Amino acid sequence: MAKVAVGGRITVEMLRGDARRLRRERVMRGLFFSAAALSVVITVSIILSLVGGAATFLSKVDLSTLWSDGWFPRRNLFDVKTIVAGTLIVSGIAMVVAAPLGLGAALYLSEYAKPRSRRALKPILETLASVPSVVMGFFALRIISPDIVQKLFGSSVPIFNLMSAGLAVGLLVTPLVASVAEDSMHAVPSALREASYGLGARRRATSLRVVAPAAVSGISAAIILGISRAIGETMIVAIVAGGTGGSLFNLNPLKGGQTMTAAITSLATGSDQIRGSGPAYPSLFFVGLLLFLITLGLNLASERFVRRVRKQY
Amino acid sequence: MGARDRISGATQDEVMRVLSGRQRGHRETGFTLLLLLTLVMALAVLIVLLLDVTRTALPVLKDRGLDILRNGYSSLPQDAGIKQGLIGSLYLMAFVVMFAIPLGVGAAIYMEEYARDTKVTRFINANIRNLAGVPAIVYGILGLAIFVELLKSLTGPGSVEGKSLLAGGLTIALMVLPIVIITTQEALRAVPRSIREGGFGVGATRWEVVRSHVLPNAAPGILTGSVLSMARALGETAPLIMVGAVTGFLATRGGFLAALQQRFTALPTLIFAYVKKPQDDFQNLAAVAILVLILLIFAVNLTAILLRNRYERRW
Repeated sequence: MAKVAVGGRITVEMLRGDARRLRRERVMRGLFFSAAALSVVITVSIILSLVGGAATFLSKVDLSTLWSDGWFPRRNLFDVKTIVAGTLIVSGIAMVVAAPLGLGAALYLSEYAKPRSRRALKPILETLASVPSVVMGFFALRIISPDIVQKLFGSSVPIFNLMSAGLAVGLLVTPLVASVAEDSMHAVPSALREASYGLGARRRATSLRVVAPAAVSGISAAIILGISRAIGETMIVAIVAGGTGGSLFNLNPLKGGQTMTAAITSLATGSDQIRGSGPAYPSLFFVGLLLFLITLGLNLASERFVRRVRKQY
Repeated sequence: MGARDRISGATQDEVMRVLSGRQRGHRETGFTLLLLLTLVMALAVLIVLLLDVTRTALPVLKDRGLDILRNGYSSLPQDAGIKQGLIGSLYLMAFVVMFAIPLGVGAAIYMEEYARDTKVTRFINANIRNLAGVPAIVYGILGLAIFVELLKSLTGPGSVEGKSLLAGGLTIALMVLPIVIITTQEALRAVPRSIREGGFGVGATRWEVVRSHVLPNAAPGILTGSVLSMARALGETAPLIMVGAVTGFLATRGGFLAALQQRFTALPTLIFAYVKKPQDDFQNLAAVAILVLILLIFAVNLTAILLRNRYERRW
């Protein structure tokens, strides 16, 4: 649609865009906006389903059972501290494994490895990160439990115990911690390193006293992300932590136990599965809400650390 | 000049030693070895895992070979196979491709190309990042509450009670959506502004610029991100269990559309079920399934890396 100048005058009509193209533009923009808005819908749905189910649970449950001897949904005993303790023990052991291994590997890759080795090793690390958690659970059941935990701590330790689960979760989380920490260490400007070397410091001093402190925000973010991932891990604990059928409050990692995540799966399809109008089924929403709030808090904290890094450089 | 610039004997020796490079620095080497050890330990886990899985799977494979791929579930370990798991996993990938990738790319295009930097936009961005960090099992709860319970009649009418392939696929698609959005955003951000300005300069609308200038240049990065999200989706078990994946059943007759509203399973849930069985034969089968799953995931990851290396552009 050509808008030819008539008598040499340009009118506003001529400068308006082609209606068809403008309409298409508006339609596409609307479509893309809906896609972006969907993400908000998802979050709202998550919160609504968790809060709704948790409310149902709290209305049906005898609140005194929330502080009892153990987590036995089939007997209407919902001792929250049992499953929280289980989660904390497994995650704690996991971080004791993942933090040194992950940070050490990250420091080596960032400061010591030659560029060619780094280019080869980083994809391998990322491959490690893609090992599914069921596979780690298999590994925990078949190797970590019998060959490591039982050998180290004696054969009286049951094959389903929190220590094996913790070690396996730690190995699962190590690549994540290593990857995030390495990115942060590698991003430290070379000028800082060169200044340190120029003063006569050697690699160990430079790594520990210059690079690591400069990257501390990224390192903290890596650890917090690791904790968050460890807390949310389900399949390993479902396979090897024990706790099917319920468990007593237990602080001993060399015994079986129940974590929040495994409790949720048991309630949905496992040994604790009960349908009907009792408080057992909605308790999974209650535990899910707890889990969601904890990991949300951790993720927000780690984001605040990352933002601080960006400010400095 | 004089006494001041004459270094004492002991220090002079030390300086000579360091300057001539003969001082070994035991603490340095010790530290280096320690770090190398942590790296080796982290990597050794992968190797030990692969070795054990292969060793466990080998006898079964030698005995029965491709039979395992062709057989479905059975309570007799000699007859059981992984066919349903494999097909189920592939069906679930179809959901990721049909839903997560278009929606994710669309959302990313809005956030990067259209949205202005307002509080609302920043909130949506923060929201997407939080969704990426939510544990998989919470997505499973979401799928249970919405796709299984609420939309029961749509997803799986009758005796299926909503625990269908449709419910499982949608749940998985929702779970990887944030990853697709974030990786696509990074790919779009990598395209220099001058490319877009070239399009605007000749009077194109924003969508026309995105379609003809931005997307073709960001395509490799978007593709890589999408492939990586599929690798992630392949390995997830917890959400599938919540949505009711059962071990043995997948409607393998009638193809994809007929299986939509029926019960389903996938490789990870199959592995979970076989691992929990005490018999050694089932453990070996689990190892075979794990081998297949790992090979599948590695193949997908390798594709992503190759794509990235082949098409990555340096501006």
